[in-house]
Amino acid sequence: MLLSPALAISAVLFTLGVAGVLFRRNAIVIFMCVELMLNAVNLTFVALAQVIGVGGQVFVLFVMAVAAAEAAVGLSIILAVYRHKQSVSLQNMNLLKDG
Amino acid sequence: MFDPKGFFWFFGVIAMVSALLCITRRSPIASALWLVVTLFSIAALFVLLDAQFIAVLQVLVYAGAIMVLFLFVIMLLNLGRPGPSDIKGPLGLGVAVLLGAAMLFLLKPLGSATLPTAIQLPAGSVAALQQQRGIVGSVANPLFDAYLIPFEIASVLLLAAIVGAVVLAKRKL
Repeated sequence: MLLSPALAISAVLFTLGVAGVLFRRNAIVIFMCVELMLNAVNLTFVALAQVIGVGGQVFVLFVMAVAAAEAAVGLSIILAVYRHKQSVSLQNMNLLKDG
Repeated sequence: MFDPKGFFWFFGVIAMVSALLCITRRSPIASALWLVVTLFSIAALFVLLDAQFIAVLQVLVYAGAIMVLFLFVIMLLNLGRPGPSDIKGPLGLGVAVLLGAAMLFLLKPLGSATLPTAIQLPAGSVAALQQQRGIVGSVANPLFDAYLIPFEIASVLLLAAIVGAVVLAKRKL
């Protein structure tokens, strides 16, 4: 039975994604960490689909569609920000910060 | 002798190690390439979990399309050279490790989770369904039947994403 190793591996991958979002400043790398988290969730879906029914695999297709849409929009936002600030570091994105 | 559990841990360890390297490399290009390794080993895990069609899509969509998009943007912005490190200082790093450890502690029970037998299908029934309908058919059938409306909504979402990407990336409207 591969259910519990799959859930353990996806928990570790999700945690690594969260840690990456927390300690990096480069917007593109943070975006890649978000993709890593989405993949960890996909692994959970597929592992449970083997036990509960094939609906989980269908859901992974929707997650992939949303991830593709998110990557397209997010990367064009990063491009637009780079054009204004000449940088993709989150330290320079402080328009909403007071003082 | 084929040993699914051994292969599963082999690819799982590759996925975890390359994910760790992905979040710690300074150069965004190196991060992206390690992420590709992670995505490929997750595709291998999908194969071992009886989801061959999802594994193919993982390679095509994630490792193919989405990562090429990432590498394309990195190249376009000329970020390939490792500049000054973008990893936060000791305080940020400490907070991240602490929160990560807390999260892993909270997720740890997943590793030994057992499902109630009432909701479990009999062992091997997904494999039997794939034998009967085919690997693609067993996914496509519910997709165009029970999940038809979410499927159509996903197409609208992708259209909105295309329009949004063009509008956002255009220099002047």
